[in-house]
Amino acid sequence: MLLINCPWCGPRDETEFHYGSEAHIAYPEKPEELNDEQWAEYIFIRNNPKGWYAERWVHTASCRRWFNVWRNTINHEFGPSYKPFTKQPSRPK
Amino acid sequence: MSTVQFSFDGVTYHGNKGEPLSAALLRNDIKVVTESSYLFRPRGVFGLGYEEPNALVQIVSGSGEPMVPATKIELVEGLVVKSLAGVGDLPISPDKARYDKTFKHVDLLIVGAGEAGLLALKKEYKKNKSIIILDDKPNVGGYKNELNEKIPQELLKNLSTDNVIQLQRTTAIGLYDQNYVVAVERRSDHLSSEIIPNFARMRTWHIRAKKIILATGAFQRLIVFPNNDRPGIMLSHAAATYLDKYRVGTFTNCVVFTVDDSGYKDALRIQDTGTNVKAIIDIRQKVSGPLVDQVKKKGIQIITGSCVTNTNSDASGAISSLFVTKSDLKGNINGETNEIICDLLAISGGWTPTVHLATYLNIKPIWNQNTASFNLTKLPKNIEAVGYVKGDFDKSTNPPAVFFGLIPEGEDAKVSFVDLQRDANIRDLRRAVGAGLTSIEHVKRYTTIGTDHDQGKTSGTTTIGLLAQLINKAPGEVGTLTFRPPYIGVPFSALAGRDLGILSDPIRTTSLHNLHLNAKAPMEDVGQWKRPWYFPLEKENMHDAVIRECRAARNDVAAMDASTLGKIDIQGPDAGIFLDRIYTNMFSTLKVGSSRYGLMCGVDGMVFDDGVTTRIAEDRFLMTTTTGGAAKVLDWLEEWLQTEWPELDVYCTSVTEHWSTVAIVGPKARALMAKLSPDLDVSNEAFPFMENRYANVANIPARIARISFSGELAYEINVEAWFGSHIWQEVFSQGKEFGITAYGTETMHVLRAEKGFVIVGQETDGTQTPMDLDMDWIVSKKKDFIGKRSFARTDTSRTDRHQLVGLLPVHNQDLLPEGSYVTKDEETIEDSVSKHIGYVTSSYYSDALARTFALSLVVNGKSLIGKFVSIPVGDKIIKAEIVNSVLFDKENRRRDG
Ligand SMILES: [Zn+2]
Repeated sequence: MLLINCPWCGPRDETEFHYGSEAHIAYPEKPEELNDEQWAEYIFIRNNPKGWYAERWVHTASCRRWFNVWRNTINHEFGPSYKPFTKQPSRPK
Repeated sequence: MSTVQFSFDGVTYHGNKGEPLSAALLRNDIKVVTESSYLFRPRGVFGLGYEEPNALVQIVSGSGEPMVPATKIELVEGLVVKSLAGVGDLPISPDKARYDKTFKHVDLLIVGAGEAGLLALKKEYKKNKSIIILDDKPNVGGYKNELNEKIPQELLKNLSTDNVIQLQRTTAIGLYDQNYVVAVERRSDHLSSEIIPNFARMRTWHIRAKKIILATGAFQRLIVFPNNDRPGIMLSHAAATYLDKYRVGTFTNCVVFTVDDSGYKDALRIQDTGTNVKAIIDIRQKVSGPLVDQVKKKGIQIITGSCVTNTNSDASGAISSLFVTKSDLKGNINGETNEIICDLLAISGGWTPTVHLATYLNIKPIWNQNTASFNLTKLPKNIEAVGYVKGDFDKSTNPPAVFFGLIPEGEDAKVSFVDLQRDANIRDLRRAVGAGLTSIEHVKRYTTIGTDHDQGKTSGTTTIGLLAQLINKAPGEVGTLTFRPPYIGVPFSALAGRDLGILSDPIRTTSLHNLHLNAKAPMEDVGQWKRPWYFPLEKENMHDAVIRECRAARNDVAAMDASTLGKIDIQGPDAGIFLDRIYTNMFSTLKVGSSRYGLMCGVDGMVFDDGVTTRIAEDRFLMTTTTGGAAKVLDWLEEWLQTEWPELDVYCTSVTEHWSTVAIVGPKARALMAKLSPDLDVSNEAFPFMENRYANVANIPARIARISFSGELAYEINVEAWFGSHIWQEVFSQGKEFGITAYGTETMHVLRAEKGFVIVGQETDGTQTPMDLDMDWIVSKKKDFIGKRSFARTDTSRTDRHQLVGLLPVHNQDLLPEGSYVTKDEETIEDSVSKHIGYVTSSYYSDALARTFALSLVVNGKSLIGKFVSIPVGDKIIKAEIVNSVLFDKENRRRDG
């Protein structure tokens, strides 16, 4: 079970959270101007890197806040957590 | 030391309290403990701890437990066990013992309280405020303790301090991400063979540690040669410990077969107990040093550069003699063969570090040719390894040989065992290689080596070594097996703790629950909710009850508990704009006091949830969601508010449990409503459909909503949950004259399906657009909302999508099973195969229609209305006509009364 650092509450067990997939995928400003391929890119296509990945979690069973966090997909090591609309910390080494 | 009585396979024996059952069995001359799982060969005690592959027993006394190694059972008065051949029986009666769990966060966790663990504790003690040190044996000291060596006092003094929790008889069974360890403590089996009331038999520890030190030690491993599995063939450290520490006697003539200096140490220990060590057979060509000198001084013969090539047995199957021949390190036998009579063959095949916990985290142990072992030398930060598990073995003069055994062919291959528990042998290994397998993971699955309760503790490295030899690689190139938790067999009851029965999963009930129970309504599980399914009268079956309930709702008045619907209070000046973006239809234009049915979709345009939302005030809405979807919807709302539209001033709160909702439904609902709430003008003009009024109902302040999920005139009475029971009881006492009838979820389903109202999750599975559900009317053309762009995708505008339609079986009493395939109009099952064009989502008998009907998703269904389809059910075809999904009161004449 992962230990996830909620930027509001601190480290908590994974069971309190829900996963929110890749971070920094913004809702397109004018969806109607996108072609099917661009829209499909937004809906369906996510990166799946081996290594550091910026992803979203929501602290459902507590503060109910969404946040972003760096996680290493190889060994589940966590980098810094950060609140939405704050500066993204640099990719951990 | 006191003597206790125990029973093995129905015979009573005596042994010393607290010693391992395996020691007591040996002392009672029980060399053959069981048969092997597959080949039924006699097998005896082989090891000393959890590495034991042979001597499994079923505990019959106390809680009972299948498949426990006899080496890990501490002898206690009245213990009853029976032997078993690899397959245990789960006790049939419920376990009366108590199990507990506990959670700890500590600075440091040390796994293993052998010498290495104790040294680590001494070193780390001052640096850490909270420490757990756990160990799976009754006492600290590990290997040294088994050697009867005294542990220095300075290593023990920190154990009994306030900031150290010392757990004995506790096994770490799993290591997970972020230093999370699950350990199981056995608390009472050594105290009593009976269940001790009000005392946890086992306790599961969930530990998060800032730092973990693995001091898990090592197990000795076997050596492969023909007939290496006979009772009386044991690991040398186990044999020496049984004879020396537990004084089991038993054996007269011993031969040690070794690849390292441990064999010499154990030979000396065995010789000192009075058992005659006739020879040490060493695969190494040359050995020297003090241990060797001591052995020579004792007159023990040393046969170097040689290998055991076979064994004989007595009538019981136990070893009676062995054969020894010159051999090189590749197992090439050369020269004359000599027989040595013996009843104990002590095997020292080298040490295998207990790396299991680390491999759960995908940490790869590294091969070291000098120690002939895979060691934990590369670890992530915050995990350390010390002692044997790291490859730091006791100093020895002669390095161990990298030798795992013989790889014979023919009949000998079948009796040369690699994994004793699995009866897997050299023939299996040769076959795997012959089949082209070179990966140890593939070989493991092909041969089952390393997969049983012992997870190949004595066989893992041996398998790797022999495979390497067969495919001409080095052991380090083959790599290690990936183990999986749990490290030992653990009863589910230990993991469950007290979360049993009613505590196993949360149950949600409405404030009316006890009234429903009193009415003897069977309950249906809807998510965690318990909802009354139907309300049978005496001896009435479900079918008859549902017909009666439907009839009451359509002809008179009926009431249901609608409290489980999810309710979200949405407040803020931008609440209207927010809902416009969330729902496919408009909400910002909704008048205060009015309600509207809304549909929400994912960004992919697929229906996600639905419900009626009411504008309570200019800046406040009360959203209802499906019973099962409430939490998911709240997450969804928060996601958009927090991550996309932080500029919107909107706040959401779950209020599901705050309100009780009683729906009164049917032509006589208006009369009943007027009676319940004399001050309220219930006329259709004063209180139209989809509006809300505040009034006292049976003297309780309530919000009344004209909402209908049945097509009938209906009022939903919402009161604070405290008053739910009162309102329900008043509805029934005052409704008596109108024939008030309670109805449950089944009738609710029939009524809504007759009207073609969908249930999200029943008519939908995440691949339906509103248009697929014939709900084009709810999709706004004026505004953007989540999912809108997807309706213009080529995929969502396909004409051959599954569309919601009704089905009327040609024989009007045929009930289509929900989930059935709908196929093209064919006459036989054979013809219908592979011609499915849809499936049945809901199917009921309708009293109002006096026939059966169904809802269904059918490819291009709307264009097929009037056509016939076949539904294969069992070996029959049921024919049905495709019709519009609304089957009752298409003009909505009934909803206003
Ligand atoms: Zn939080």
